[in-house]
Amino acid sequence: MNSPAISVQRVRKYFKDVKAVDGVDLTIRPGEYVALLGPNGAGKTTLVEMIEGIQRPDDGEILINGKSWKQAEQELRRILGISLQETYFIDKLTTQETLTLFASFYGLGPGRVVEILRLIGLEDKRKTYVVNLSGGQRQRLALGVALLNDPKILLLDEPTTGLDPTARREVWDILVHLKKERTQTMVLTTHYMEEASFLCDRIVIMDRGRVLADGTLDALLSVHRKGEIIEFSLEGKGSATMPPFLGPYPLVYDEHTERWRVEVEDTARDLPRLMDLLKQNGRILASFECRKTTLEDLFLSMTGRKLDQDTSATVTT
Amino acid sequence: MRTLFQLMVVQFKEFVREPGILFWSLGFPAIMAWILGIAFTKQGEIVRNVALVRGERPAHEIRQMLEEASLVDSAGPHRVFRSAGEPASAASGSFRIAETTWEEAIVRVQRGQAILLMHERPDGVHVYFDPVNPEAELAYLHLAALLDTSARRTGTVIAEPLSERGMRYIDFLVPGLIAMGIMMSAMWGISYSLIEKRIKKLLRRMVATPMRKSVFLLSHFLSRTILSGIESVLLFVFAWWYFDVTIEGSLAALALLFVSGNMAFTGMAVLVSSRTRNAEVGNGLINAVVLPMMIGSGIFFSYHNFPEWLVPYIEPLPLTMLADSMRMVFIEGAGIAAVWMHALVLAAIGAVLFVLGQRMYRWY
Repeated sequence: MNSPAISVQRVRKYFKDVKAVDGVDLTIRPGEYVALLGPNGAGKTTLVEMIEGIQRPDDGEILINGKSWKQAEQELRRILGISLQETYFIDKLTTQETLTLFASFYGLGPGRVVEILRLIGLEDKRKTYVVNLSGGQRQRLALGVALLNDPKILLLDEPTTGLDPTARREVWDILVHLKKERTQTMVLTTHYMEEASFLCDRIVIMDRGRVLADGTLDALLSVHRKGEIIEFSLEGKGSATMPPFLGPYPLVYDEHTERWRVEVEDTARDLPRLMDLLKQNGRILASFECRKTTLEDLFLSMTGRKLDQDTSATVTT
Repeated sequence: MRTLFQLMVVQFKEFVREPGILFWSLGFPAIMAWILGIAFTKQGEIVRNVALVRGERPAHEIRQMLEEASLVDSAGPHRVFRSAGEPASAASGSFRIAETTWEEAIVRVQRGQAILLMHERPDGVHVYFDPVNPEAELAYLHLAALLDTSARRTGTVIAEPLSERGMRYIDFLVPGLIAMGIMMSAMWGISYSLIEKRIKKLLRRMVATPMRKSVFLLSHFLSRTILSGIESVLLFVFAWWYFDVTIEGSLAALALLFVSGNMAFTGMAVLVSSRTRNAEVGNGLINAVVLPMMIGSGIFFSYHNFPEWLVPYIEPLPLTMLADSMRMVFIEGAGIAAVWMHALVLAAIGAVLFVLGQRMYRWY
C-alpha cells in the first residue's frame, strides 16, 4: 500500500485555443489534504476532471491507487467521491430523496442517508425540495452526495465558490471534521487562499496549465525570501517623485488602488528606512499597513496577477 | 426610446447568433411547408377511395350510371373515375372505385382505405359513410353532385349513416390516439428529461458513480412504459364509457404492440437526445421527429387520402405501423397472429436506434 493515492505524470490537455493543462506532474500520498490553488482558467477543473475520469488527457498518465481509468473504471468509481464545480440536482426532489437515489448507485441503504444528513447538517431540510435550498445548503448536499460511499479519495471542485462567508464556514466545518478522522485523501480546487491554507496541508499553485509551486504553506512562504509586506498610500497625487527602491527592495505602485507596496525582510528594521525615504522626498503618509506575506502575495510576485483575477488580466506593477 | 431599441437589437442578436435556434425556427417550418405543400398540391387533385359492392340484381347498372354522369372509366386494377372534359378541379376531385365484397368493403372503411361505401340495391345506390366525419360527408356530397343528373333520371342515391361500432370516426381515432400517446410520452418524457439532465450537468455527476449507464437508460424505458400504460388505460376507459368504444381483438396482442411501440419510441428518444446540449435544439429535434409522424401516420385522418406516391413512405413509419396494427386489434378483432410481425419490426427499430444512440451518447 505504498503506491500514491493519485499519480499524475506529464499530463497535457489542449482545447481549441487554450493549453488547459500543459504538462503537469503531481503525486499525492494517501491521507494528504491537497489544495489546487489558482485563478479562474488556471486549469484546475480540467486537471481534476481528468483525475475523476470525466475528461481524458491528450497525453500523459493518471493512476489512482496505482490503477488507470481504462483498467479499473468500476473499481475507481467506488472509491472516489466527487463534487463537480456546478451540479444542479433534480429540482423537485427532496434532499433525502436525492441522497437516497445516489446511495442506490453504491448499493447503500437508508441508514447511510441518515448519517450523511447528520454529517452535512441538513436533517431539518431533509423534506425540502432541492430547488428551495440556499446556495450553501445545495453545496453541502453536493458534498454529502460525494461522501455517501465513504470515499478513499475525495475530489472537490470549488466547493465554496459563490458562497457567503457564513455558508463557506459551514462547508469548511464539515471538511475539518472529516480531516480529524483522517481516513481519506482529499483534493480540492479553489481560488481562495484562506480556504487552501485553512483546510489543506499541502498547496499546489497552478497557473496557465502549469504547476508554479507545491508544498506546505510554511514551505511556500519561506521560499519567498522576504517575509513581510508594507503597504501605504501618500497624500497628494503623483508617483514619479518616489525613488524605485527602498534599500534593496523594489517599491511597487498599483495604479488601481493608488497604493505603494514593498516586500521587506523585517518590518521592525526596515520601517525607519521607509520613514527616512519619505521625509527625504517630502511625502506624507495617508494610510499605512504592514502584514505577513500571504499566498496571495506569493502568487502576485510569481505571475504579476492576483488570484481572483482571470488569467488574461494583468496588474500594472 | 434608445433602451427599447437596444433591447430589441439584443434580442435579434441572440436569435441570429444561435444557429440551432435559427434552423429550427426558420429552416424547419419552411421544410415542413415544402413537404406538405408538395404532398397536397403537386397532384392538383384529391383522389377519394370508394369501395363498391355490386348487388345480385342491380336495378341500375352503376357503371352505366357513372358513365352517364360523365365519369369516365380509366382502366386499371382499381378504376379511377374522373370528370371528363374539364380538367379535374381540386374541388370535385376524382374517385378511385374498387369493387369488392361487402365484408372486404367494411374492412376498408374501418382501416380508412375507403372513405365511402357504395352498395347497389334494388331501390338505388346506397352510399354509406360516417356522418360525423366531415371528410366523408364532403366526399359524399361531391359524389352525389357528380351522379346527380343521371341519378335523378335513372334512380336514386341514398345516403346511409354508418354509426355501428367499428365504423365510426371515433373507433378509428381512439387506437391512433393511444399510439400517438406512446410516441409523445417517450419522445417528450425521455428525450427531454435526458437533455435537461445533460444541460444541468446532472448526467455527468450520475455517471461519475458506479451506476451503470444501461440501467440508467433502462429505468427511463420502464418508467415511461408504465406511465404511458396508465395514460392509455385512462383514455380507453373514457372512450369506452362515453363513446362505447370496445376492443374486439385479443388483449395479449394489444399488450405486445404496446410494449414494442414503447421500445421503438424509447430507442428513438435515446437517439434524438444523444448529442445536444441546448434546450432549443433539443426541442426542435423532437418536433422534427414527432410532427411528421403526427401528421403523416394517419392518426386524425386516414393517410390513404394522401397522394398515392406518398403512401409507401408513410407505411414504414413506426407510428403508422403501431396505429394501424392497434386499429386491427381494436376494430377488426385481430389476435397475435395478425400483428406479431409489426410488433417484431417495432421492437427491432427500437433496438437499432437505441444501440446507435448509446454508441454516440454524450455523457459528459
